[in-house]
Amino acid sequence: MSQSGTRKLDWQSKEMQARVRRRYVRERRFRRVGLGAVIIAASFLAFLLFTITSNGIGGFRRAELALDLNYDPAILGIQASDSSEEAAATAVSRADFRPLLASAAQAQLGDSSLVSEGAWLAVRDQVVEDPSLIGTTQRVWVVGAPNMDILAKGQVDFDLAPDRRGVSTATVAAYRTLREEGRIRLAFNSGFLTQADSTNSELAGIWGALIGSILTMAITLGISFPLGVMTAVYLEEYAPKNKLTDIIEVSINNLAAVPSIIFGLLGLAVFLNTFGMQRSAPVVGGLTLALMTLPVIVISSRVALKSVPPSIRDAALGIGASRLQVILHHLIPVALPGILTGTIIGLSRALGETAPLLLIGMRAFVSDVPEGVTEPATVLPVQIFLWSDEVGRGFVEKTSAAIMVLLTVLLSMNAVAIYLRNKFERRW
Amino acid sequence: MPDATVVHDEVVMADGAKMTARDVDVFYGEKQAVDKVSIDVDSHYVTAFIGPSGCGKSTFLRCFNRMNDTIDIARVGGRIELDGKDIYDPKMDVVQLRARVGMVFQKPNPFPKSIYENIAYGPRIHGLASAKADMDEIVERSLTRAGLWNEVKDRLDESGTAMSGGQQQRLCIARAIAVDPEVILMDEPCSALDPIATARIEELIDDLRGNYAIVIVTHNMQQAARVSQRTAFFHLGNLVEYGGTEAIFTNPRADRTRDYITGRFG
Ligand SMILES: Nc1ncnc2c1ncn2[C@@H]1O[C@H](COP(=O)(O)OP(=O)(O)OP(=O)(O)O)[C@@H](O)[C@H]1O
Ligand SMILES: [Mg+2]
Repeated sequence: MSQSGTRKLDWQSKEMQARVRRRYVRERRFRRVGLGAVIIAASFLAFLLFTITSNGIGGFRRAELALDLNYDPAILGIQASDSSEEAAATAVSRADFRPLLASAAQAQLGDSSLVSEGAWLAVRDQVVEDPSLIGTTQRVWVVGAPNMDILAKGQVDFDLAPDRRGVSTATVAAYRTLREEGRIRLAFNSGFLTQADSTNSELAGIWGALIGSILTMAITLGISFPLGVMTAVYLEEYAPKNKLTDIIEVSINNLAAVPSIIFGLLGLAVFLNTFGMQRSAPVVGGLTLALMTLPVIVISSRVALKSVPPSIRDAALGIGASRLQVILHHLIPVALPGILTGTIIGLSRALGETAPLLLIGMRAFVSDVPEGVTEPATVLPVQIFLWSDEVGRGFVEKTSAAIMVLLTVLLSMNAVAIYLRNKFERRW
Repeated sequence: MPDATVVHDEVVMADGAKMTARDVDVFYGEKQAVDKVSIDVDSHYVTAFIGPSGCGKSTFLRCFNRMNDTIDIARVGGRIELDGKDIYDPKMDVVQLRARVGMVFQKPNPFPKSIYENIAYGPRIHGLASAKADMDEIVERSLTRAGLWNEVKDRLDESGTAMSGGQQQRLCIARAIAVDPEVILMDEPCSALDPIATARIEELIDDLRGNYAIVIVTHNMQQAARVSQRTAFFHLGNLVEYGGTEAIFTNPRADRTRDYITGRFG
C-alpha cells in the first residue's frame, strides 16, 4: 500500500481509465441481456394470449336462426283440461318440443337439420317461464346447427373443392338464402357462460366446470390453509430441533417436488378405494389437491414466519406475552403477506391441475351444473382437456374460450392476492 | 486465574433485596459464558454492568427475566430469586415473571403497530385495564413518565416504527413501565442514540429510580458513572468487582478493574 507521502496509485492513469471503460461496457451488456430476456418472455406471453384470444373469441358467439313458432297445444300434447296452474306447468315441462321445432324448421327453412339438436331446450324453458305463450305464434331466435355456426363465422374455406369444405353445397345455399332473408345472426353465446358440458359443441358451456372448479378450490383452501399454517407454526415455534423434526422437514420439502399425478394416485387409493367416496366429486378433487398444496403452504409460511424480525418476538416475550400471544398477535400478522402469497401460488397451481383429477374420475362427462361438493363435477382444466380431445370443429374454439375463462379466474385470484398482500403489508 | 469477586463493604450482600442472584452459571452448549456470579438488585439504587465486549453482561442480564429460555442451547445454573422466590422454579410462571421484570433492548424494537397499541398491548394481555378510559389513562401515564407524551399525544394512531430512534427507545421504555413492573432490565439502551436522546433517557432512568429496581448494561463509562449508584465489572464471564459506583471508578481494588477503567484494555 502507499507509504507515507508518495502515492503510487494513479486513478487517472491509462490503465485505470481502460478499466473503468471496461466496467461500463460490461454493465451495459449485462443490462441489455436482461432486457432481452424480458422482451423474449413478454413476446412469448403476448403470442400465447393473442392466439388463444383470436381462437377463443368465437366461442363466446353463436349462430341463431329466426323461426316463427306456433305453440300449438295439439302438437305439444298439452290438454286444455289442464286447468290448474301447477298441472299446466308440469304438462309444459313434460311436453316434447322437438316435433314443433322440426316441423317449423322444415317448413320455413327447408331443412330441419339447420337447427341445433338441442335448440328445443331453450324454447321449452321459455314456455315454462311464460305459459301464456301456448296457442300463440312467435318469432324466436333458436340456436343453429354447427355448420351454420362455422358459415356465419366465415370459417369455411371456399377455395377448397366443394367436397373438402366440410359443409355440403346445399347447406351453403340454404345459409345464403337465410342471410338474405335476415333470418340468421351471430349473437352472444349466453349458453356458454350458463350451461354445463354437452355433446353438441354449440350447446356446450363452461359454467358447470367453473362451478366445479370453485367448489374444488373451496375444499382445497379450506383444508390446506389452516393445516398448512398450523403445521408451519408448530414446526417453527414449538417443535424441538431433533432428528425427527429434521426428517419431517426434509419430507415436506420433498413432497412439494412430487409430480402431481402421484397425488392423484394417492387420492384414488385413499379417498375412492379406502373410504369409498363418490367418484368425480369436488370434495375428492379438493382433498387430493389439498394434499398437493399443503407442502407449498407449509414451506412458504415457514419462510414468512422465519423472516419476522427476532426483535419483535423478543419485545413481545419481554413484556410477558405467552407463546400463543406472540404467535397470534405478532408473528402471524407480520408474516401474513408471505403466507397469503404462498397460499395463492399453491392454489393457482391446484386450479390449473389436470393429471391428479383425471385419476380420481373427474374426466367423466357431466352435463349438469353441480349443486354441491358431493355431486359429480368437472373442473376447468379437465374441461379444456376433454374439449381439446373432441373432433367437432366447434370444440376447437370452445377449448380456447375455456382457456380464456381459466386465465381470467387465475388473474383475478392473483389480483386478490396482491390486494390482500398490500392491505396487510406493514412497514417498520 | 479467576479470583473471587471483590465485593466492597458498602454493597454487602444480604438476602432481602428485590432480586438476588447467587452463583449463577450460564452455558451456551459446552461454552461457559457466565461463571458463578452473585449480585443484588434493589429499587433504591441503579446497578450498572460494565465490562469488555463478550464478557457475558447481556447473558447474565437475560437470566433475570428468563429470556435465555428462548435460546435452545443456553443452560442456566445457580439461583435467582425475586422477593425470595426462585424464578427458575418449575412452579414459577414465566409470563408473570416477565411482566414483573421488564426489559428494554439494545435496539429499539417497537411493535409495528400504533403508538397507542404499543403501550396498551402489555396492560391488555395482563388484564390491567378493563375500560377504555382506564387504558387511556395507563397510556398517558406511561408516555408521560417516559417523557414522550407531549411529543406524541396528537399522533397516537401513527405507527410506533415511524418515530426517530430516540423516540422509539423511549416508547419501548414506556411500554415496559406500562405493566408496572418491579424491575427494569436495560441492555445498552442508548447505544443507538445521539447524545441528546441519551441524556433524556439518562434523566428518565434517574426519575424512575426509587420506584423500580433498575439494571443497566452499558459500554459508556461516563454513563455508568452518571446514572448508577452501584457498578459491577465483568470480565470473561466473571464478576470481578462489585461496589459503589464512585468507589469503582475512583478507587478500584482489583487489577483488572483498574486496567479496564483506565482504558488499558477493552
Ligand atoms: N445465543 C448465543 N449462542 C451461543 N453463544 C452465545 C450466544 N449469545 C452470546 N454468546 C456468547 O456468550 C458470551 C457472552 O456474550 P454476551 O452477549 O453476554 O456478551 P456481552 O458482555 O453482552 O457483550 P457486548 O458488550 O458485546 O454486548 C460471548 O462469548 C458470546 O459469544
Ligand atoms: Mg450485550
